[in-house]
Amino acid sequence: MLRYILRRLVLLIPVLIGLSLLTFAIARMLPGDPVQLAAGPQASKQEIELLRTELGLDRSMPVQYWRYVTGLVQGNWGESILTRRPVLDDLRVYLPATLELVFAAMLLAIVLGIPLGLAAAVYRDRWPDYLLRVVSLGSISMPRFFLGLLLQLWFAMSLGWLPLAGRFPLTEDPPTPLTGFLIVDALATGNWTAAALAARHLILPAFAMSLSPMATLIRMMRASVLEVLQQDYVLTERALGLSQRLILFKYVLKNAMTASLTVIGLYFGWLLGGTVLVETIFDWPGIGLYATKAIVTQDFQPVMGVTLVIGIVFLLVNILIDLLYGVLNPRVRYQ
Amino acid sequence: MTAINKAEVVAAAVVAARSSRTESWRRAIYRFQSSKLSVVGLVIVLALLLVAALGPWFVPYPEHVTGSVDLARKFQSPSAQHWFGTNEVGQDVLTLTVAGARISLFVGLLVVLLGTLIGTVLGAIAGYLGGWVDEAIMRVTDLFLTIPGLILAMAIAAALGPGIINAMIAISLSWWPGYCRLVRGEVLVRKDELYVTAARAVGANPMRIVFRHILPNIVSPLTVKMSLDMGFAILTAASLGFVGIGVKPPTPEWGALLSTARSYMPDFWWTAIFPGLAIFLAVFGFNLLGDGLRDVLDPRARR
Repeated sequence: MLRYILRRLVLLIPVLIGLSLLTFAIARMLPGDPVQLAAGPQASKQEIELLRTELGLDRSMPVQYWRYVTGLVQGNWGESILTRRPVLDDLRVYLPATLELVFAAMLLAIVLGIPLGLAAAVYRDRWPDYLLRVVSLGSISMPRFFLGLLLQLWFAMSLGWLPLAGRFPLTEDPPTPLTGFLIVDALATGNWTAAALAARHLILPAFAMSLSPMATLIRMMRASVLEVLQQDYVLTERALGLSQRLILFKYVLKNAMTASLTVIGLYFGWLLGGTVLVETIFDWPGIGLYATKAIVTQDFQPVMGVTLVIGIVFLLVNILIDLLYGVLNPRVRYQ
Repeated sequence: MTAINKAEVVAAAVVAARSSRTESWRRAIYRFQSSKLSVVGLVIVLALLLVAALGPWFVPYPEHVTGSVDLARKFQSPSAQHWFGTNEVGQDVLTLTVAGARISLFVGLLVVLLGTLIGTVLGAIAGYLGGWVDEAIMRVTDLFLTIPGLILAMAIAAALGPGIINAMIAISLSWWPGYCRLVRGEVLVRKDELYVTAARAVGANPMRIVFRHILPNIVSPLTVKMSLDMGFAILTAASLGFVGIGVKPPTPEWGALLSTARSYMPDFWWTAIFPGLAIFLAVFGFNLLGDGLRDVLDPRARR
């Protein structure tokens, strides 16, 4: 198992190099002169040339790339033109908020999606199956930002049950930061009011994010449960007179879930991308909101930083999923 | 066998082939129809195409599409005069929403076509040639897949600058890897089949083999993927518009309309609800259609 993990981690290195090449290429696609942009409209020709040398943009492409990568490794991810703050420091502040949201959404999708998918398969071609089919296709088609807006209109503005936006009320004392995950921090320090507040803020954005992966999971689970149900061992179990419940929960569910795991891994990336939209709607202070604000003000380094960090998190999560796969399905481990 | 006999046999074979083809068509149509949801999808998509094509001729206030305003009538709620109400500068929301259909469909279609073109060519090359070419192309493809599509499109769009063409290029550049993988896989499976070996034996060049003999066989999975992707391409374009890249006002792009309307919630809800519903309906229609097409064209995926 350890060797398997190590091998996966070593294989990560070329992918990370590729990722940095990609972000570097995108950054160099910028139309116009980035130096001119950084120097401002009043800069003289001499000043611009000086800045160009200072930024190293007069060097050849390989040299520039080398400086970019060594910078990344040493923790120099560039700085925001607007705030002059290092991008990496900003990301450290904003990433936990995004991860909290993504994990909550994923959890919601799994907890609801897997049993619903199982139900759709068991009630195949009867009304629960049809209903779930329409609802899940509808959920996949629902733009997350529109869903977020509808949730806000209904549950926050009209009913007033849940907070409209934000992650924590400004008027309250936030829990002592330990992990950056507000709920975890609050629970760890025994601050129950703060935990409840944080959870109430999390519900709407997490639900807005979770609907589409939940729907995909329902469809995936349905398909794989149906496939497993046709296997010989299920037939044998039936012939032996095992109860439907035992067959479903002990044998079918576990085997069907391994297939769905891959979907969960893929969807993680999709969720990370979607944070941009949901965070914008709910004013959630994560990397997505950070990126959109930067895009609107043409602040390029934060956008590249967010792209890179999302790529890295996505890669790590997929390695984690592969490992889980090995735990659930011993056949994979020995390959 | 005499010459006449031979001709008769050939003619009979042609007739048989033709009738089996119409037969399979009829069966396909039957299968498509038997799923009511696919028919609903088809109706939505056709209605959308109609609205996009004829929209400019029947919208009540065509001058609003080009950005003219009517400040005296801002924020009117839905009425007989303005079915979907008016927005913050007095423009008719129905007019804007209808005009948006054309933009969204256009962007969606071009993104999918461009993505398919890049992906198919690269995938066919990788699958057919194999070796280091395959290795190189697939590594680049994997690389594009490490960054979630929306984020990649956002980063590229941010680099290219605002504008609908740039947004389209950005989305397409994040869209081709799926097609590349699909086509490569199919080409890989088919390139050792007997008819390909036969074509090679009579001296057909690789271009001809790939485009005339292999690709026509993978039209079905491609069609299914394209139809399902149309919805998501429209969704991605609207997402970019919502975030503030892509088109600039006054272009009535659905995502951009929703983004502007957001600041006028909850009092003027109609400015947001109708463009939002339009996005949902368009994506839903294409998804239903794609799902139905998959059932017809790809019976293996059918359960």
